[in-house]
Amino acid sequence: MFSLATLLYLSALLFSIGTYGVLARRNILVVLMSLELMLNAVNIAIVSFGRAHALTAFSGEHGGQIFTLMVLAVAAAEAAIGLSLLLVIWRRWKSIDLRQLCRLNG
Amino acid sequence: MDIHLLWIPLLPFLGFVFNGLMGRRIGTRAVSAIACGLPIISFLISYRAWRHVVDVGSPQHWDGFPWIWIDGLVEIPFSLHFDGLAAVMCLVITGVGSLIHLYSIGYMRGDPGYHRYFAYLNLFMTFMLLLVLGDNLLLMFIGWEGVGLCSYLLIGFWYEDDANCAAGRKAFIMNRIGDFAFLLGIFLCLTHFGTLAMSALTDVNQIQTVAAQTLTIPLLGSVGLVTTIVVLLFIGATGKSAQIPLYVWLPDAMAGPTPVSALIHAATMVTSGVYLCCRLMPLFQAAPAALTLIAGIGACTALLAALIAFGQNDIKKVLAYSTVSQLGYMFFAIGVGAFSAAFFHVVTHAFFKALLFLGSGSVIHAMHHQQDMRKMGGLRKQLPFTHLTFLVGTLAIAGVPPLAGFFSKDEILFAGFEQGFLAGSGASMLFWSISFLTAGMTAFYMIRCVAMTFWGESRIDPDLEGKVHEPGGWIGLSLLVLAIASALGGFLNVPEFLGGNASLGHFTGLQQGHEGLSEQDLHSLHAAEWQSMILSLLIAGSGLLLALHCYGKGKDLRRRFVESGPGQLLGRLSANKFYVDEFYNAVFVRPFETISHLMFILFDRILIDGILVSGTALLTRNIGHLFRKMQTGFIPGYLLTFACGVLVLLFMLLNFLRQGGAQ
Repeated sequence: MFSLATLLYLSALLFSIGTYGVLARRNILVVLMSLELMLNAVNIAIVSFGRAHALTAFSGEHGGQIFTLMVLAVAAAEAAIGLSLLLVIWRRWKSIDLRQLCRLNG
Repeated sequence: MDIHLLWIPLLPFLGFVFNGLMGRRIGTRAVSAIACGLPIISFLISYRAWRHVVDVGSPQHWDGFPWIWIDGLVEIPFSLHFDGLAAVMCLVITGVGSLIHLYSIGYMRGDPGYHRYFAYLNLFMTFMLLLVLGDNLLLMFIGWEGVGLCSYLLIGFWYEDDANCAAGRKAFIMNRIGDFAFLLGIFLCLTHFGTLAMSALTDVNQIQTVAAQTLTIPLLGSVGLVTTIVVLLFIGATGKSAQIPLYVWLPDAMAGPTPVSALIHAATMVTSGVYLCCRLMPLFQAAPAALTLIAGIGACTALLAALIAFGQNDIKKVLAYSTVSQLGYMFFAIGVGAFSAAFFHVVTHAFFKALLFLGSGSVIHAMHHQQDMRKMGGLRKQLPFTHLTFLVGTLAIAGVPPLAGFFSKDEILFAGFEQGFLAGSGASMLFWSISFLTAGMTAFYMIRCVAMTFWGESRIDPDLEGKVHEPGGWIGLSLLVLAIASALGGFLNVPEFLGGNASLGHFTGLQQGHEGLSEQDLHSLHAAEWQSMILSLLIAGSGLLLALHCYGKGKDLRRRFVESGPGQLLGRLSANKFYVDEFYNAVFVRPFETISHLMFILFDRILIDGILVSGTALLTRNIGHLFRKMQTGFIPGYLLTFACGVLVLLFMLLNFLRQGGAQ
């Protein structure tokens, strides 16, 4: 079995990759994918903490898993909304490039 | 407690309220009935009160109610006083006023502002009666301001024309200048007499105590207190009664409807300055230096206005300048101490000047609002009745015996004669000569006015020919009554040397008695009065004859004079009113406008608009410009900032935890 530290390193690595993707990529679709990556990195961290502190945590033995399931559900909803917004933006401006979508500049 | 005195001013006020609020709805017939009926009732009440004063021989008084008071310091009641002076004035105001109301029914027929006109006219009556009846200076001042307001409203009655509104404003502002001095006079009276009651201000003992005091004025040095008060009150009177230097508003006031000119700007309101002087006669008599000033201003105004009247072609303007000139006469009389003569002239002038104005109104009405005498002429045939009554007024003002103006003007000229030549006062001699000359000029310019309007060949617009006809009904009736009054008014105050008993002068308490004189002195005085009368008859007669000649057969004489050098100069000066308006414009109005404009630029445009308002906006806008560059609208950019912030926070948290752990 992996130790908690190893799992947290994995989580941090995934989160950093996701953050880079969100900040650096111009395609909204890729940005959304990167967001999913960040969410899943957090999920890994939650599950790891849940297992390491299963007996002492206030949330009980399966708290980590339950939390992760909640996050997955919210992520699904978020993805649905994000994709539909994406669709609308595409229909309206025929572009999903963030550089071309900065209409709120001052 | 004669509370019925209150009804005299109150009735016209009710008419004002009713016509002002409901006039539009109740129809012209009801408006006229109310507007004319109430002043007539007022006249009847005044008449009854006058009878009472005559029978009982003592004035009537209404104590009224406390109006303004500061405990132990000032107490000004709202009280009315009805003595001989007020009685005559009330009868003139309500009598002539009612006639002019009746006249207005004919004159204003069909005007869209019919009810508004009558409401203003009734309000004017209210204030004028309050001015006359008020038993203290402040109440008088309320009336004084009120008639000024009504005058303004009625001059600008046809407000669609900007010129009328300008004339109204001019009248109001000129009056305000005078009123300011009047108010200062009231304040001085209040501080030094401790009261504003007429009885205290005319009490000889109190005046003597005050007269001993002096007042230090910058530039003038030490001035007698009573002199200061009298001069200030007189400045107030110059505003209302159109004397130099504040007379310029009155000729412009002719922009109003003609009955208004007759009532307000000839018969009543403009004489209120003279009334003020008569009311406070003992106070004025205690200031001989001020009286000399008054006589000088009066005589000069009489002359200047008469000179201007020569060159005017607007029939109402001629009459307006003649009013200014006659008012000058009245002040001249006051200046030489003949208060009785001044007041007598107020009464007779009210009759014949109202008559002349209403006559001119009749002409203007018949001519479809044509006022230029150069486009009249020969109206005698179309308007025989108006011509006759106008002629009566003209002869009355020219001083032809036995019409009203003869007696009053003769009395004034004699008073000047007496003070100038019998008492040997140099200034009075000069002022008498000026007034004496003016008497001849009055006859001349009035005949000129009649000749240009009624005599000679017709110069009427061909379109109007045949349409000119005599206005009948109320207009004719008013003219008739006033013509009779103008013809007989002089017999109110026939002087003693002509076999009369100067009844008006004695009744009003203004006549100075000759009780102290010996038989011989009285005889020589009467001889002097005969001399003065013959002199004034001669000058008036020569003025008349010269005018008749110039505007009759001697046209060549007139043309030769007009074409000669001095004649041309005089003509141009007269037609341009001696450039007084231009002078005032250059000296007062222009600089004032320039300063105002400068202030406008400096404070309004630069300080308030520029620095305070636009400056604040500009500041926030420029600061905003600095920061708006941060809002790129590029989402990854915001996210980067956000991530950096989170990193910094995380780092700080870790640092904190590490330090906390170390402790």
